[in-house]
Amino acid sequence: MSLETDLEQIKQQGIEKIKEVTSEQQLNDLKVKFLGKKGQITQALREIVNLPAAERPAAGKLSNTVRDQLQSLITEKQQQLATAALDRKLVDEAIDVTLPGKNYPVGHPHVIQRIIDEIEDIFIGMGYQVLTGPEVEEERYNFEMMNLPKDHPARDMQDTFYITSEILMRTQTSPMQARTLEKHDFSKGPLKMISPGVVFRRDTDDPTHSHQFHQVEGIVIDHHITMADLKGTLAQMLKEMFGDRLEMRLRPSYFPFTEPSVEVDMTCMNCDGKGCLVCKGSGWIEVLGAGMVHPNVLKMAGVDNQEYGGFAFGVGPDRLAMLKYGVTDIRDFYLNNLKFLTQFD
Amino acid sequence: MLLSYEWLTKYLQIDLTPTELGEKIERTSVEVDSVTQRQAGLKKLVVGEIESVVKHPDAGHLNICQVAVGAGIVQQIVCGAPNVTVGKKVIVALPGARVAGNQKIKKAKMRGVKSDGMLCALDEIGFDEEIVPDEWKDGIYFLPDDAQLGDEIYHYLGMDESLLDLDVTPNRGDMLSLRGVVYDLAAILNQPVIFDETPAPALGQQSSATDISAAAPMELATQYQLQVVKNVTVASSPLWLQIKLWNAGIKPINNVVDVTNYVMLKLGQPLHAYDLEKITGKNLQVRRAQSTEQLVTLDGTQRDLDDNDVVIADQAGPVALAGLMGGEATKVTAKTQQIVLEAAAFSSVATRKMAQKEGLHTDASQRFERGIDQGNVTKALNYAAGLLQQIAAGTASQGTVVGQQTPVSETKITVTPLKINQVLGTSLQPVEIEQLFKRLGFEVTPTATQLVVTVPTRCWDLKLPADLYEEIARIYGYDHIPTTLPVTNTTQGRLTEKQRLLRQTRRTMEGLGFSHAISYSLTTAAKATMFNWEPSVETSMKWPMSSDHAVLRQNLIAGLLDDISYNQARGVQNVSLYEQGRVFFRTQAQVRPIEKEHLAGAVSGSLASANWATSAEPVDFFQLKGLVEQYLASLNLAGTIQYKPTSTVKQLHPNQTAEVWLADQLVGLIGQVHPLIAQSFHIKPTYVFELDLEKLALAPKQVQHYQPISAYPSIKRDIAMLVGEQVSNAAIEAVITDKAGAYLQSLTLFDVYAGNRIPKDQRSLAYSLTFSNPQATLQDEIINQKIEKITTALKTEFQATIR
Repeated sequence: MSLETDLEQIKQQGIEKIKEVTSEQQLNDLKVKFLGKKGQITQALREIVNLPAAERPAAGKLSNTVRDQLQSLITEKQQQLATAALDRKLVDEAIDVTLPGKNYPVGHPHVIQRIIDEIEDIFIGMGYQVLTGPEVEEERYNFEMMNLPKDHPARDMQDTFYITSEILMRTQTSPMQARTLEKHDFSKGPLKMISPGVVFRRDTDDPTHSHQFHQVEGIVIDHHITMADLKGTLAQMLKEMFGDRLEMRLRPSYFPFTEPSVEVDMTCMNCDGKGCLVCKGSGWIEVLGAGMVHPNVLKMAGVDNQEYGGFAFGVGPDRLAMLKYGVTDIRDFYLNNLKFLTQFD
Repeated sequence: MLLSYEWLTKYLQIDLTPTELGEKIERTSVEVDSVTQRQAGLKKLVVGEIESVVKHPDAGHLNICQVAVGAGIVQQIVCGAPNVTVGKKVIVALPGARVAGNQKIKKAKMRGVKSDGMLCALDEIGFDEEIVPDEWKDGIYFLPDDAQLGDEIYHYLGMDESLLDLDVTPNRGDMLSLRGVVYDLAAILNQPVIFDETPAPALGQQSSATDISAAAPMELATQYQLQVVKNVTVASSPLWLQIKLWNAGIKPINNVVDVTNYVMLKLGQPLHAYDLEKITGKNLQVRRAQSTEQLVTLDGTQRDLDDNDVVIADQAGPVALAGLMGGEATKVTAKTQQIVLEAAAFSSVATRKMAQKEGLHTDASQRFERGIDQGNVTKALNYAAGLLQQIAAGTASQGTVVGQQTPVSETKITVTPLKINQVLGTSLQPVEIEQLFKRLGFEVTPTATQLVVTVPTRCWDLKLPADLYEEIARIYGYDHIPTTLPVTNTTQGRLTEKQRLLRQTRRTMEGLGFSHAISYSLTTAAKATMFNWEPSVETSMKWPMSSDHAVLRQNLIAGLLDDISYNQARGVQNVSLYEQGRVFFRTQAQVRPIEKEHLAGAVSGSLASANWATSAEPVDFFQLKGLVEQYLASLNLAGTIQYKPTSTVKQLHPNQTAEVWLADQLVGLIGQVHPLIAQSFHIKPTYVFELDLEKLALAPKQVQHYQPISAYPSIKRDIAMLVGEQVSNAAIEAVITDKAGAYLQSLTLFDVYAGNRIPKDQRSLAYSLTFSNPQATLQDEIINQKIEKITTALKTEFQATIR
């Protein structure tokens, strides 16, 4: 038996054994058996000294080759085993990904606030300021300065919660017209303002009436502001809120603080103008009131009504929310039923 | 106001369908609530003639009628009406007919006798009880004798007319008459108007003044006139007149009353007819009532009067409520022969006040409140008197008796085409504007730059140039006005700092799991003052609708508890809500409360609901506190937040409540709702907080500046100790922070234990301290010294046992 044959044998044996290995442990044992300090290859190498000097380099080279071969086989096997082990682990870790996620609560915005924010953003984009006024208002601002003197029949249209004869819960956001007109310095530029807020009417709550609801007032006053500008501004707002497939129309109406006064209708979004129960067959839905600011309102607020004029409008976010989302009972906005609130994001 | 399309077509050439006309009116004048026909929904109702009537053998109140409904066609109909009469033309509902309420009529047997249809009363074919004439209240209706057998009945009763229901705004009182609508439509349709109703001349020899005198002060009635009509025969009105009235929603009474109502509908002038012989002293005067006086009005109501009421009085006392309703005692009855007709213009304000006080809103008051055409009073009165000659065979006396006649003139308003175009955004030529005014029937005198417009008295509400801009806008058509955006100097639109804070607050709260609630600002007196840390007096409504909404809230929490109660009563147990809104505080000296923005949150049940992976952890103080801390951290406040225990808020748990302080200001509360309060709201254990956003908005914010991230390792040390249970975490943290020196980067409480493994009255607290120096590697010795200092201080301050 030559060393060469021995090494060949060791190699063949090693290849066989490594092939049969099924565990990391077995592989480690084989590594020790063949490549360890007392392993077969090391043993074989020791024999080299007994060889004639001329044969030694070839034998050394052969033994190194065998060792390297076995080493690489073991490494390869090691990787195979690791991959197999990982595969098994991953299989064991299988989950039903269709199970629901863990609960992390997130709150919902109120749908009316959403509408108000939307309106604010639209008008901020057009260069308007947002101003808010007191909810407990002076009669002077709520009525008198809005061209509704005492005994004016239009006061009947707005049943009022009085605190004293002079102090009341504002029935509209319009008093903010008077308040801002009084303060505005027109030498510094035009007045462009919207004012959102809560208003109150002495009403019995039912599906279409609430003693508390919201309004957004808007006013633009400058040298040359026209009814055409009002039309364009409102069209812009409705387009941004409801998309541009809906049409808008103005029709005459009456508010003491505007002249001319108009009611603004929009194509009924429930039936696309074909006529349905929501629009009472007309194909149109009333969405807001507007007009050119009455010269008396300007005059009472100390604004030169020959030099300055403009438009004003009042939008009802409650009504818009009802129209946009098909809510049929206004009281739902104020009961804060989570089954209602969580329907809107 | 109901107005017949067919009546309008007598005056105008209308090529539009009733619905199209309604739309036109709506776009140009006033809202049209509906366009309807009385015949809508009815079917197979025909003219029949009763040929014979035989008593039902088994039912005393029923009659078996043979009714002819066409040549040679006779139906047997059993009828219970008391007035079935042979030879009368009646309304027959044939088998298969539809009557009021969509009821179907079938062949039937009534007490064993075949009945092929029904004989109808007016209410059975859809007439509202309020417009059915008294004579037809309790029986079937008799059609005119010349009605054709088998014809549909609708035309005979005006039920085929289209009725437009106009919703007239306060400024369009002129639209409360046929005349006003005709003028307006003529302008809309661009047609000449022919509305000439010349009164028939009075046939009497005597003057009205022979029989009556009158007086009316100008402040109560700017116009007051009377005319006498003698020897009338009171009877039912002719059918054409009755149809006019019931198609306007007015009940026919008798020919005299009906004529007054007819003239009101046609010309817009309310009128009243008195029985002359019942007027004591033959004098009528308009005056304020005295508080001792009473009047029984035509509706049978006895009314106690006072000096807010304006009455018409004879020498015995009040006979009518001015502008509202006549009196029972002087009304026209079947026996009346001598009539006094009254036409007036009563004060709008007084009429409105009386109508409100008496809860009596009549066709007359509706018109007086909006005003009437003061230039047409005499003509309307004469016109009515003339009609009474024709319809009630009376003789009108000559002239009228004038109690008041304030001069009326047409209004002249000067406008410029330039301004009109500037306001409307149009580019109308002066001639076009002139044309539009002329369509309205207004005279126009143009000057070089101006138009002087003469507004007739029938448009009494037009006073200012702005009023005329509206006339131009609507007749020209809002659809024709261009669509532009304002051109002004640039303005910057943005939210104020406070508005941004409010928005950020809402987003943060929603991110933390709270849904936005909007509750009522008006609440009960008890709820208004709960959970309040600021002294305030109540602000109450003078006349609340109910005690539930009577007082302005001083806190937001109570509203949220109502909401939780509502949800839990409906099976939603886990409720997390926040509200951001106004609360109202007032001192005794203030009338108007101060309005403050507050934020409140409430959690009941669990913050997160349970599912297969997450168990529902019932909310506790620290969970809510953690959320509040997160929110406050998001505000980047410069001052230190402190939580100080309090037991003074009655509605909160005395030992689970803290005041929230920002630097030296009390800014809010956090705690558990007191079990008794929770019980009164019928809610589960609930934790709440409320914060004053005004103070938070004004508080100084941290200047944000980049801190270099230390490249050197930090050192972590733990300190665990036993201390008396009354020693608060805040006190311990204060000592640690004080002694730890500048290198202390963070301090975290990571364990709290109290229980039987340690002495009673003691608890174990464990803190983790992280030190770091951005400039150099920290030396252990330095930190050891710091820890030594801290532990020494803890021992001396709190008798802590360091573990």
